[in-house]
Amino acid sequence: MNKAGLTFKGGIHPLHHKENTENKAIEVAPVPKEVVIPLIQHIGAICGSVVKVGDYVKVGQLIGETKAFVSTPVHSSVSGTVKKIENRPSPVGARVNSVIITTDGEQTIHESVVSKGKLEDLSADEVKAIIRNSGITGMGGAGFPTHVKLSPPLDKKIDLLIINGAECEPFLTSDHRVMLEMPDKIINGTRAVMKALEVDKAVIAIENNKPDAIKVIKEAVKVFPDITVAELQTKYPQGGEKSLIYAVTKREVPSGGLPMNIGVVVQNIGTVVAISNAIETGIPLVERVVTVTGSAVREPKNLLVKIGTSFKDVIEFCGGYSEELGKLINGGPMMGIAQYTDEVPIIKGTSGILVLSKQDAVRPEPTNCIRCARCITYCPSFLQPLMISKNSLMGRFDEAEGYNAMDCIECGICSFVCPSKRPLVDSIRMAKKEIITKRKKS
Amino acid sequence: MENRLIATSSPHIVSQDTTTTVMLDVVIALVPALIASIYFFGITAAVTVALAIGSAVGTEALIQKITRQRVTINDLSAVITGLLLGFNLPPSTPWWIPVIGSFVAIAIGKQVFGGIGNNFINPALAGRAFLMASWPVQMTAWVDPGSVDTVTAATPLALLKASQENLQPLADVILGRIPGTLGETSAILLLLGGAYLLYRKVISWRIPVTYIGTVALIAFITTDFNLTLTAYHIFGGGLMLGAIFMATEYSSSPVTNKGKILFGIGAGLLTMIIRLYSNSAEGVTYAILFMNVATPLIEKYTAPKVFGIGGVRK
Repeated sequence: MNKAGLTFKGGIHPLHHKENTENKAIEVAPVPKEVVIPLIQHIGAICGSVVKVGDYVKVGQLIGETKAFVSTPVHSSVSGTVKKIENRPSPVGARVNSVIITTDGEQTIHESVVSKGKLEDLSADEVKAIIRNSGITGMGGAGFPTHVKLSPPLDKKIDLLIINGAECEPFLTSDHRVMLEMPDKIINGTRAVMKALEVDKAVIAIENNKPDAIKVIKEAVKVFPDITVAELQTKYPQGGEKSLIYAVTKREVPSGGLPMNIGVVVQNIGTVVAISNAIETGIPLVERVVTVTGSAVREPKNLLVKIGTSFKDVIEFCGGYSEELGKLINGGPMMGIAQYTDEVPIIKGTSGILVLSKQDAVRPEPTNCIRCARCITYCPSFLQPLMISKNSLMGRFDEAEGYNAMDCIECGICSFVCPSKRPLVDSIRMAKKEIITKRKKS
Repeated sequence: MENRLIATSSPHIVSQDTTTTVMLDVVIALVPALIASIYFFGITAAVTVALAIGSAVGTEALIQKITRQRVTINDLSAVITGLLLGFNLPPSTPWWIPVIGSFVAIAIGKQVFGGIGNNFINPALAGRAFLMASWPVQMTAWVDPGSVDTVTAATPLALLKASQENLQPLADVILGRIPGTLGETSAILLLLGGAYLLYRKVISWRIPVTYIGTVALIAFITTDFNLTLTAYHIFGGGLMLGAIFMATEYSSSPVTNKGKILFGIGAGLLTMIIRLYSNSAEGVTYAILFMNVATPLIEKYTAPKVFGIGGVRK
């Protein structure tokens, strides 16, 4: 175990399972027959559709727009005809209004897609506008609209940008491959965000289980003295925003607060690549790199996929299911969301598709909590998960709140390490929901 | 295909450790001391421990059957309770002592409170306390290791308390060739088991180190800084077995790190108060039981400071 590198307190070392895809170059997935593009792909307001059934749309064309601040527009990832606009299952939960497009395979680029020129010639506000208008959201998972993160209130002085290349979730290798194959785009995107935030320091933070990526990025930042590379200890959840900031700066994001409270903004590797593309070629966020892996997929791959492609199409391109399917996950095994169908689209926040066999998917039966305190030992938020869970399961949500349930980042460590296989995160999530409902009422 | 997919919430992978693997580690850690016990006290030691384990497991299964719960004897926790209760008995004890002791330990010490994880005191110590109160003569019939007769002998702690004369050689005390309960005598092998539990991360260092450290400190001061007599206090009684295997019992000791330290210090203090100022030469059992009862209170005041509240942590 490599103990070198920056890190945080708590955390675990699950098996990486990255060997299936970490050495596989990114392949371009074929354009599917049909894409389903949800009009909301992140936290925030849903877009209204600006196209009608029967319209011909081109790659990069605006199809969904909103005036709300905490939201981003949606663009077509393909050229083709709008077939339907209706509610479809989304990989992050509920059914959402989606634009369904039958593709023509031509991939004709829309006229609006033109280079925005050189970064030197753009102002901070122009960069932010490009980021918003290109529909760019956080691509590491939670998917918060990027321009919101880049618009801190005036009283919050940001002094550091951290680019999150930790990729601490087991199985996932998409950020790893992007770092190896597109270092220049990462640097360009990083510089664009630095400009938007008006900060003069950026750190690209990478876990030390990716020495090749560290080498490539170090080489790429050589000519930019204001961008440095931080080598992180390989430990889950090193890529969690709070853990990452602590590892790099030793600053703690205050309980209930945001990174901007302590002068830091974090962006994901995929996000800065999308920003680089949006400026250089003008293409909005319409495709992303996705790791397709797990015990029940025949040929695990890293793929460049059009947003809206169904999980099913992507898995078929990876040789289909190799054995009886147990679980299909949007994201990684620690925080990803299990799907109930493979007819869900890849969205901006889909960093990976994890395909687990039946054998790997069945959760063991829980037994009594033996109070071994492992959940406390490894919790990166220094909580007492067993106490929150016990109170939550008895419906005592005020007590759960007293044990700081709201500070849980839902990293999943407590459930992972629990020898009694207790549903710790599940019950803490339930408590958080109840506490939020109660706070709204009062 | 909708019906075939499992859609539980994250995380979707879990560690290989189970309650059974954790308990198995504790059993493994106790095996060296068990072998030493059979070596020093003969086959009766094996019979006594076997009876205690059999009674503990049987009682747990019976109660769970009667109350229509899932029978969980496979988690091995009852095996540990039986093993530890056996370890707490004198070598020449009648057969019914381990049987009754384990029954009380499991039935009253553990199952009435909801079984594993819910007992507020250490079940094995509850069983031992019950036996000591009920059959004090049988519970203090110490013999010299290797002696075939049942001529009673004094434990090092009893000698220490009485006159500090005719003390057994310190090497014998550390190895375990001394009168005492079956499992407590071989300090060195209990330490070996403790090292294994630390290596396997089954226990933390906090309770054993603070407990033994507190006893050592008080012994050192009260023996006028006599290192040899201090060593008798550390190795001569039930401290190793208590500090490493009994005080660390999950259910009845604090879950918080600071709480574990307080627990260890408290148990050490009480052990020495009982050893020095009561009629009894030994105090480990009651010290731990008392701290068990104080555990919820300790936990209440030792909650960890949540990330983002402590300011900048160095």
